[in-house]
Amino acid sequence: MTGDAAPLLRVEHLTMRFGGLIAVDDLSFVADDRRITAVIGPNGAGKTTVFNCLTGFYPPTVGRLSLTRRDGRAFLLERLEGHCIARDAGVARTFQNVRLFPRMSVLENLIVAQHTRLMRASAFSLAGLLGLPRYKSAEREAVDLARYWLDRIGLLARADDEAGNLPYGAQRRLEIARAMCTRPALLCLDEPAAGLNPRESAELNRLLLAIRDEHDIGILLIEHDMTVVMGISDRIVVLDYGRKIADGTPEAVRGDPAVIRAYLGEDEDATAPC
Amino acid sequence: MTDEAAARRGLAAAVGEAGLAALVALALAGPLIGLHAVSLPTGLVIETRWPDLAAAVALVFAGRLGLVAVRDGRLWPAALGGIAVAAAGWFAPMPSHLVAVIAIAGGLVVALRAGFGLLRRARRAHTPGAPREVPAGLGALSRRGALWIGAGLAVVAVALPLLPFADRRVLDLATLVIAYVILGWGLNIVVGLAGLLDLGYVAFYAVGAYSFALLSLNFGLSFWECLPAAGAFAATFGILLGFPVLRLRGDYLAIVTLGFGEMIRIVLINWVSVTKGPNGISGIPRPSFFGLPFTPNPPDGTTAFHQFFGLDYSPIQRVIFLYYVVLGLALLTNLFILRIRRLPAGRAWEALREDEIACRSLGINPTNVKLSAFALGAMFGGLSGAVFAARQNFISPESFTFIESAIILAIVVLGGMGSQIGIVAAAVLLIGVPEWFRDLQEYRMLAFGGAMVLIMAWRPQGLLSHREPTIRLDAAATGRGP
Repeated sequence: MTGDAAPLLRVEHLTMRFGGLIAVDDLSFVADDRRITAVIGPNGAGKTTVFNCLTGFYPPTVGRLSLTRRDGRAFLLERLEGHCIARDAGVARTFQNVRLFPRMSVLENLIVAQHTRLMRASAFSLAGLLGLPRYKSAEREAVDLARYWLDRIGLLARADDEAGNLPYGAQRRLEIARAMCTRPALLCLDEPAAGLNPRESAELNRLLLAIRDEHDIGILLIEHDMTVVMGISDRIVVLDYGRKIADGTPEAVRGDPAVIRAYLGEDEDATAPC
Repeated sequence: MTDEAAARRGLAAAVGEAGLAALVALALAGPLIGLHAVSLPTGLVIETRWPDLAAAVALVFAGRLGLVAVRDGRLWPAALGGIAVAAAGWFAPMPSHLVAVIAIAGGLVVALRAGFGLLRRARRAHTPGAPREVPAGLGALSRRGALWIGAGLAVVAVALPLLPFADRRVLDLATLVIAYVILGWGLNIVVGLAGLLDLGYVAFYAVGAYSFALLSLNFGLSFWECLPAAGAFAATFGILLGFPVLRLRGDYLAIVTLGFGEMIRIVLINWVSVTKGPNGISGIPRPSFFGLPFTPNPPDGTTAFHQFFGLDYSPIQRVIFLYYVVLGLALLTNLFILRIRRLPAGRAWEALREDEIACRSLGINPTNVKLSAFALGAMFGGLSGAVFAARQNFISPESFTFIESAIILAIVVLGGMGSQIGIVAAAVLLIGVPEWFRDLQEYRMLAFGGAMVLIMAWRPQGLLSHREPTIRLDAAATGRGP
């Protein structure tokens, strides 16, 4: 599993039951480094549940979620606590309904994202309280990283404004930047294009491609907006009622009859159970 | 013509409305104010107070008329009328002191509201069509001058004992207010920064006070040795409280912390062998000036403070010393909190208040963040408690009832959650003013409650609710990206 060829994320037989409801049923797929993997499916197909299992919000009923970082460290995500998944395994996520720190400034949002690193540099506040240079330089680095991302998402001018006062599209971009400030190995985006206008979603496409290419990380994406999914995904996993019904390149998935059936319903003359 | 008619109709309606309010006031106040039961040796006699009643009803009528005038845009008459009523309250003989106070306060409120309306009207006239800007209030003022106001307050506080009017009463009151400021700052870490509603904060105050009392009486430790111990004990209790409530938020957390506060108090009452129960602990040693006691006749072999410095003995020396101890502690507390807010630990508290789930997704361990907030908040409560015990010389569970928690919480909420100077202002208002107006006797708490309602209606976010970012991009040293 931890060999050279191990993919960044390998999901095996993931099953999530809520009482009698099976939200995710025996799902297996892989997500590679430097690739954008999209998880799509009709409403209620279990996409967000997959994310919540990956990022430690739900413990999966069955299954193994193994993540292998480029330096060879491997983690079994289903055994880690939520915050350790982000801190140690390097899985960062955004949320379907944006979850910023609305009453903190834009810059503070990005600095909080670098908490682990800064906490260590401040020797759990001791060095920071005394104002030692070692903390000062760490903080300067953190600000530089934040400045870099603010520049990338075009919010440099609003760095000191409250995050809650930003327009919706900017809040979505800020959330992605905040996730990137944790220096993740895998970035999980839960419907990043929801509520964006066409121009903003084209901008988002460019941002995600740039993150993939320049920062060498894997991106896992849940999305309804097909222009985003088809435009940037390297690989698409299609879910329906918790089961995987297709897995492949955008071209292959687009023509897959099972996918068309799931999205558009069956033909009038082919109602026989399959 | 029609304008005039409309105005007359408006005036009639306003008088009618005010008359209705006065009628309600008459019905309510008739028995409440008009009749007064007096206990004479011969038995209970009912006295009448018709002048008071008439004054009260007239005040309600005038007040309602003023408010209606402000609402309808008749600002000048309202402003002048308000001032006239206030002046009448000040100069004209009123049936009682209270009526005069109400007349002055009510008149000023109406006049102020009309004045603000006039100001707004003038501003709108200057910039027609401009968007209604938020008036530059206390928030903006505090942003611009927070540093200067803070420094100014510190200078005044340091110089206070040297000022001519600083007698024993003033200094005692100032010591009390500053002790509450420390408590407010401590609770502010938990409630204002970390967003964890704590209704049992007085428990840590009690732990600090009893730690000092018991350590000094049983083991003969001095105030300065006990102070860090009291802080450490309280912090330990903060963590003890923290563990069971890690998963709770909001109302549920408030209920558990409330229970915790009561638990500590009840333990103090019932664990008689250690805490002497409801009798309390008396004879707590006074703090000494680095080993020099403040006594007129020191025991053999020791030198008293006044002897060492060649002064005449005066009991106020000890009062001043204690005042400086509390002030020093407060300044240290402030420095600590201002600093830690700019550190990852402090930012994590605020992030936790904003969104716990987002915190977890960024690799922040909410358990550690909550426990550190509880521990540090409790520590400052404990330090303040030790000072309280040293000042009072006597403590009992009576001093640590729920109302104390409520007052400290009120200081934090009234000050504007998360604001250091706001808490100072609120502590002066909530602790200093009622103590100062003890002469008002039973009306003291009425005035206290009324003031709180007014402030919360006027500034629902607290006195100073503006939040300044802990780091600014332009202020941070520039450098290159990764």
